[in-house]
Amino acid sequence: MPRPLPLYGLMAEFDTPDQLLAAVKQARADGYRRLDAYTPMPVSGMGEALGTNTSPIAWAALAGGVFGGGGGLFMEWYANVVSYPLNIGGRPEAAWPAFVLPAFELTVLGATIFAALAMLALNRLPRLNHPVFEAPRFSAAEVDRFFLCIEAADPHFRPERTRAFLEACGAVSVSEVPG
Amino acid sequence: MAEGKSLPADLSDRGVTAQIAGAVLHPPGSGWAWLAVLGASGLLVAMLLVSIFWLFFKGVGVWGINIPVNWGIAISNTVWWIGIGHAGTFISAVLLVTGQHWRNSLNRFAEAMTLLAATCAAMYPVLHLGRPFYFYWVIPYPNVMHVWPQFRSPLEWDMFAFFTYLTVSLIFWYVGMIPDMAALRDTATGRRRQVVYGLMALGWRGSAAHWARWRRAYVIVAAIAVPLVVSVHSGVALLFAVGPIPGWHSTIFPPYFVLGAVFSGFAVVVMLAIVLRAVFGFRDLITDRHMDLLGQWLLATGLMTSYGYVMDAFTAWYSAEPFERGTLLDRVAGPYALSYWSAVVLNFVPLQLLWLPWLRRTMPVMFAVALAVTLGMWFERYMLVESALSRDFLPSSWGPYVPSLWEWMLFFGLVGFFLFAFTLFVRFLPAVPIAEVKEVLHEEREE
Repeated sequence: MPRPLPLYGLMAEFDTPDQLLAAVKQARADGYRRLDAYTPMPVSGMGEALGTNTSPIAWAALAGGVFGGGGGLFMEWYANVVSYPLNIGGRPEAAWPAFVLPAFELTVLGATIFAALAMLALNRLPRLNHPVFEAPRFSAAEVDRFFLCIEAADPHFRPERTRAFLEACGAVSVSEVPG
Repeated sequence: MAEGKSLPADLSDRGVTAQIAGAVLHPPGSGWAWLAVLGASGLLVAMLLVSIFWLFFKGVGVWGINIPVNWGIAISNTVWWIGIGHAGTFISAVLLVTGQHWRNSLNRFAEAMTLLAATCAAMYPVLHLGRPFYFYWVIPYPNVMHVWPQFRSPLEWDMFAFFTYLTVSLIFWYVGMIPDMAALRDTATGRRRQVVYGLMALGWRGSAAHWARWRRAYVIVAAIAVPLVVSVHSGVALLFAVGPIPGWHSTIFPPYFVLGAVFSGFAVVVMLAIVLRAVFGFRDLITDRHMDLLGQWLLATGLMTSYGYVMDAFTAWYSAEPFERGTLLDRVAGPYALSYWSAVVLNFVPLQLLWLPWLRRTMPVMFAVALAVTLGMWFERYMLVESALSRDFLPSSWGPYVPSLWEWMLFFGLVGFFLFAFTLFVRFLPAVPIAEVKEVLHEEREE
């Protein structure tokens, strides 16, 4: 007899984003912590309901901007004053007004790249395989269906009780996600 | 501008995916029309390659540029192309930050337009260099020659502005497209498409935590891109002001350049939107209301550009400086009168039709006005660059400029490149953002 597959979690399917949002809030209130919602479009309030902290992205953008702008300004100063000074008509070597434009562009560049990379890194992307892709009908999560997955790793997780909870939240169907 | 809904109430999520992904996975028609457009623009790309080859082989002498007019249509076209690109960033970033929902149907193809137009713009300064194979000398990098670029040079600013603009536009475009790649991956039936779109989706699974971070990153990049729009084209205007040439110094230049850029870009967005509506039947996604709003933007930015014309002329006259006045006279009644009056007439006169709301919803009218604006803005850039250079302070440095056949071939070749790449884009990538249109749909339903 084959061993039963380890369980990743239980996946509940909902009709509308509002039902899903209500279910997420209910699950958090019941003490579930390892859960995630899957939607075809950003749903406002869903990230907060799940307790997702997005502020590291803002800090990464700030760091990228400071690195790009400060580093750019330093590079310009170092290049045109220390490493390769050119005296053109007695004009100042540290020509701050002329240095501003490249430094500004590098600020924007650094902030953008850091923000995008921070988003990918925090989301653990790229990651091409993931257990939830095995859930039945999950591809509809990119079209028009709304899913809530409570992971088996959640200390609060009990297969029967969690299934009953999800059904009580108004899920259309609840299915097992193999781990 | 928030009142009124931009999308039809009976549109479903499934319908949105079916329409947009369908345009990629099951394109309408037999495919011959698409191949014909691709082939025709491909011929122009071949012409582009020939003209670039000849330029590299013989040098910039094959162009009509000379002393004093050493900035021919190469530079006026750079300004024109990068200006077209600005509308894409404006729609994506400024309207996102200000919370305008109607942008969501337009931003994807407008961003693609930005990328391609910025690529065309960035090609010109390199081709114009005379020794284009040394273009990397303007990039600061540790090198064995122990030479650094000159950061006080406007050419150097150009490099940073264009490189940043291209990179930021690319990141913004791709980050915005990741969820849609996942939608295509899950909708596609062929194995090859599933693999390609699956790789491009980076494993996106629509997780709410992902969405929250994605939204945050997207808004942050947009907020940073807003000053970028202003800085790139004001930078271009500043570049003119640094050259000691009459006719390039009015203080109105930076805002006038930026507004003219958004104006010409919106015109191209209007033309592309009309074509996409006609070809893919995107009338539920790019609605008449979108066209109406685009028409209002065209009218507003066009009138601001016209104010720039008036102020530019007024400053030259009021300065009482003979050389400034001379350049103005050259533009109004001299050898560059054709380009001046073409710009004024094409940019101002057809635009007045857009005061009437029903004409803003009449596609042939909108297309004609947008085409006139695109041409008019080209004449404006030509007039600004060429007339100022051809006569400066000494009669000994006066000279006419006539673009050569090779310059025209390069220009039309680049237009062909733009069309070629855009044709490929609408065939293989979602031209309208799937997830963001659904977001608007749900928000409008709740209102």
